[in-house]
Amino acid sequence: MISEIKAVGTAVLPESTLARFAREVAKYPADQAQSAVMACLAIVQQEQGHVSMEAEKAIAEYLGMAPIAVHEVTTFYNMYNQRPVGKFKLNVCTNLPCQLRDGNKALAHLEHKLGITMGDTTADGLFTLQQSECLGACADSPVMLVNDRHMCSFMSNDKLDQLIDGLRSTQGQ
Amino acid sequence: MNAEQILSQFSATGVQTCFHGRHIEPQIYAGLNGRNWSLKDYEARGGYQALRKILGQDGSAPHPETGVVGFTQDQVIATLKDSALRGRGGAGFPTGLKWSFMPRQFPGQKYLVCNSDEGEPGTCKDRDILLYNPHIVIEGMAIAAFAMGISVGYNYIHGEIFEAYERFEAALEEARAAGLLGNHIMGSHFSFQLHAFHGFGAYICGEETALLESLEGKKGQPRFKPPFPASFGLYGKPTTINNTETFAAVPWIIRNGGQAYLECGKPNNGGTKIFSVSGDVEMPGNYEIPMGTPFSKLLELAGGVRKGRQLKAVIPGGSSSPVLPASIMMNCTMDYDSIAKAGSMLGSGAVIVMDDSRCMVESLKRLSYFYMHESCGQCTPCREGTGWLWRLVDRIERGHGKPADMALLDNVAENIMGRTICALGDAAAMPVRAMIKHFRPEFEHYIEHKTRMAPTANV
Repeated sequence: MISEIKAVGTAVLPESTLARFAREVAKYPADQAQSAVMACLAIVQQEQGHVSMEAEKAIAEYLGMAPIAVHEVTTFYNMYNQRPVGKFKLNVCTNLPCQLRDGNKALAHLEHKLGITMGDTTADGLFTLQQSECLGACADSPVMLVNDRHMCSFMSNDKLDQLIDGLRSTQGQ
Repeated sequence: MNAEQILSQFSATGVQTCFHGRHIEPQIYAGLNGRNWSLKDYEARGGYQALRKILGQDGSAPHPETGVVGFTQDQVIATLKDSALRGRGGAGFPTGLKWSFMPRQFPGQKYLVCNSDEGEPGTCKDRDILLYNPHIVIEGMAIAAFAMGISVGYNYIHGEIFEAYERFEAALEEARAAGLLGNHIMGSHFSFQLHAFHGFGAYICGEETALLESLEGKKGQPRFKPPFPASFGLYGKPTTINNTETFAAVPWIIRNGGQAYLECGKPNNGGTKIFSVSGDVEMPGNYEIPMGTPFSKLLELAGGVRKGRQLKAVIPGGSSSPVLPASIMMNCTMDYDSIAKAGSMLGSGAVIVMDDSRCMVESLKRLSYFYMHESCGQCTPCREGTGWLWRLVDRIERGHGKPADMALLDNVAENIMGRTICALGDAAAMPVRAMIKHFRPEFEHYIEHKTRMAPTANV
């Protein structure tokens, strides 16, 4: 409904998104709303799949920042998607502790299973596969982070197959 | 099933990493099972008793001489000093001393920050604290805030462990609802507001001043020190920053006394420490053991070297700490002083184990790539040097190394060390220098023969 949508900057963000922004801004002193920028960007990414320039401008206006200051944040941190990615973004850690426990094999297995190389997205738009730096779950290796918020641990090739097949099966529903 | 349900089937349960029953005299991980993280369970384990004690809400009588109920700020700091608790994030700075640097009479706002940006390769101890015992961090922070007269705090949590951020937020809600955070805690004059913040993928934000920049909503580029955060921290205000595990150690110290904590460990290295053991062991995981426990015992707890192989080398304190060969490591005890004496650092307590099948050129190449990737680009020696180091090791590993590369690697590393604003440059250089120091023949062999030295030849 149009009444639930509020125009902000050049983009429109639903009231529900702005309510999530407000909860983040409330954590900081009144003159330090900028502290919420990382959370706001992560919220937009969760809802829209990536951070567009329009979304950056909307967040800049909401927080009273220059758009370039928001863009600096988006481009500095590894996890923000600066362009659209697959429905499921798979980040496989290959840092040394994971390299010692088949992290690279997990990445290679996914490349083979999905028929893409790391950095790419499957033709059906379902999966984007990326190599990542330390996810902070070294004792669980091989580990993979799905859509920024779900850590998958002890990902043997069998479990990777189960996960991919399971996520694919959700798409017909 | 929907996608969320499918993904949840692959979530860590903590059984392998934390609830394995192979800790020794644990304090922070004691009694956890993954289902008992909530407030009522924490209180059943004695949680928030330390906060009650310092606020004089535990029913104990006033001090016979001073008449004070509970603890004074000085008493809390003195207790921490007695405990010999040292910072668990990597630097090992004495916590009580750090707290005493905070200007307690400063008239304006001051801040307390918890560094849960656990991104040092090999480290996953704080994740298990935040997931399975979040209230111990809240209580530790509240006690710290009381001791330093701070009314607002933030916990900066590694973005990749988003589930830990969500768990911590849930614990904060419980604590606020129970009057353990907020205004006039337990009816006292002490007020403390605590919030959670998440990163989003930047190793450098584990560096405390980069973390502060990030918390202010900026790129995480480290600041010059001095001024130190104790005088110019978050929003330019006096700020104290400690690691998650450091705060988590505090409630036990207050309940049992500084001396009791010190006696858990060894002189100058008080208490227990959580070690994240990863790599070539049978049972990787987090192990909470007294400081000063022999490395051989820790290795045994982790099931020994994988597949019955021989130990080759250990990176004892996260990827930034210098590698040590097995012969040196097996004579070390796990504490700041012993590991420092052996030529490395206890760091974050991330113990990366490598067996005799491992090629050190390949291992160093992966680490060098990481530091190149994560250099924030602010200082030229680090921005240019980390890439140079990686290209050199990569060249050797691809069979194109030249004899002069050995001296060049050392020279580039030497020229990064001590020439950057923060420690990331040193962190990139130290593994290179240590690998060459202890495993030079492997690198020379690779350059000469364009392939790795046969496994076990250099053990």
